[in-house]
Amino acid sequence: MSIPRNWRTRQQRYSLKAEVCDNCGKTIFPPRDVCPHCARERQHWTTLSGLGEVYSFTTMYNAPTGFEEYAPYTMALVKLNEGPLVTAQLTDVDAGEVRIGMPVEMVTRKLMQDGDEGQILYGYKFRPVLQRTSA
Amino acid sequence: MREVAIIGIGQTPVGEHWEKSLRHLAHDAIGAAMRDAGIETADALYVGNMLSGELNGQEHLGALIADFSGLRGIEAMKVEAACGSGAAALRVGIMSVASGLNDIVLVCGIEKMTDAPGHVTTSALATAADQEYEVSQGISFVGLNALLMRRYMHEYGVSKEAFAGFTVNAHRNALTNPNAMFHSAVSEAAYARAGMIADPINLLDSSPVCDGAACVVLAPADRYRSRTQARILASAVAIDSLAVHDRRDPLVLDAAVISSQKAYAQARLTPVDIHLFELHDAFSIMSALSLEAAGFAPRGAGVQLAQHGEISLTGRIPISTMGGLKARGHPVGATGVYQVVEAVMQLTGRAGPNQVGGATVAMTQNIGGSGATVITHILGAV
Ligand SMILES: [Zn+2]
Repeated sequence: MSIPRNWRTRQQRYSLKAEVCDNCGKTIFPPRDVCPHCARERQHWTTLSGLGEVYSFTTMYNAPTGFEEYAPYTMALVKLNEGPLVTAQLTDVDAGEVRIGMPVEMVTRKLMQDGDEGQILYGYKFRPVLQRTSA
Repeated sequence: MREVAIIGIGQTPVGEHWEKSLRHLAHDAIGAAMRDAGIETADALYVGNMLSGELNGQEHLGALIADFSGLRGIEAMKVEAACGSGAAALRVGIMSVASGLNDIVLVCGIEKMTDAPGHVTTSALATAADQEYEVSQGISFVGLNALLMRRYMHEYGVSKEAFAGFTVNAHRNALTNPNAMFHSAVSEAAYARAGMIADPINLLDSSPVCDGAACVVLAPADRYRSRTQARILASAVAIDSLAVHDRRDPLVLDAAVISSQKAYAQARLTPVDIHLFELHDAFSIMSALSLEAAGFAPRGAGVQLAQHGEISLTGRIPISTMGGLKARGHPVGATGVYQVVEAVMQLTGRAGPNQVGGATVAMTQNIGGSGATVITHILGAV
């Protein structure tokens, strides 16, 4: 990802900055100029909880350019509690333990690096929600 | 608007054409189609291609190929809609003839994929998806289809093995298509053993990387009545979000539903009138979703057609009759034109051992991305 593109999308990738449509009330992520649900243009900013569940997943054995060194890794569609689906990697979990419906939470991680001295791209990944122990 | 006829077809074998460059391959198909039509020149050439810039470092294909084919001076340009580029070029050609702006129009789909190494091709194909919010996360085009297939299996309680019938059917039909890439039958057992690419998608769920070119010649039907091979009964396009995660429901190809319904309305036909359906089986899951979206099966039941033989040459709705994307091969920007060339062969009784008996109406559906652009054509016999 080019440096300007990286910079432009940083708030979405670091903090899931999203929008709520003033007309239909639906949450929109990633942000758009026009609501995909009702085609109106007025929205206000919101930040998502980062909580959701696995909608679908796959293990990538043939990674695209820039991701080869990380293969195999698990990609998922995550259904966020606020409504939108996002495409993201799962982390801190064995591929064999992933299930559809599994609760997950957003974490910020390194996504890739452009060569040894290139920029490092950070962004969201999702991990299983840590179980709270009632000590 | 004028009625549009197809008056000539041409194609190269699909495969790894190490000895031919993009321009030679395109001209092979164009020359064959022009000879088939009995024409020596044309008013325009529309080239369907997706990846020439990424894989061949070559854009500007309209002028390049028209000049190389001896057509210096005519109108020519490239049309791009990811893997739907071939049918998109056909759509432009039909508009051009129907409007009266041009009379004889060549539509050539061409893709030359084997000039680049595999990981470059993987990344190039991913340009059909959303770069900022899908690809930047590490997903590939195969991966996106894997996400759809896993969800389909989960939501409808379908096993992986249930999809085998699509692959078995495509490879069986390709056996007797001399232009197909694969001439090897595949058993359900071989399907079950195939290596994973992005689970649950294995090698035998996926169409191959390959080279190929196909061409059709269009003309106004009223003036070329005696040379007409097939009539265009419908031509329809609809779009959806590039990103799978932005869809209303990822398991419903809304653009395919809309595109199919527009086409049926134009042709004044319904799914029961369609004798064969060349669908976009880039991955097995796309066959199931396309059959559902085009009205041949209810939601969640598309995969059952493959289990009960209804997609075979003698079944209720034959698909991939010459091998489909899976076994004829999927030279991405050429695929939409191959589908139409094969439909014309079926409607003119030239499909040999693959002939669908009594076929007079054929439907083709070419998909760009994982469902973002869907282009449907319905063709009728003379
Ligand atoms: Zn809205």
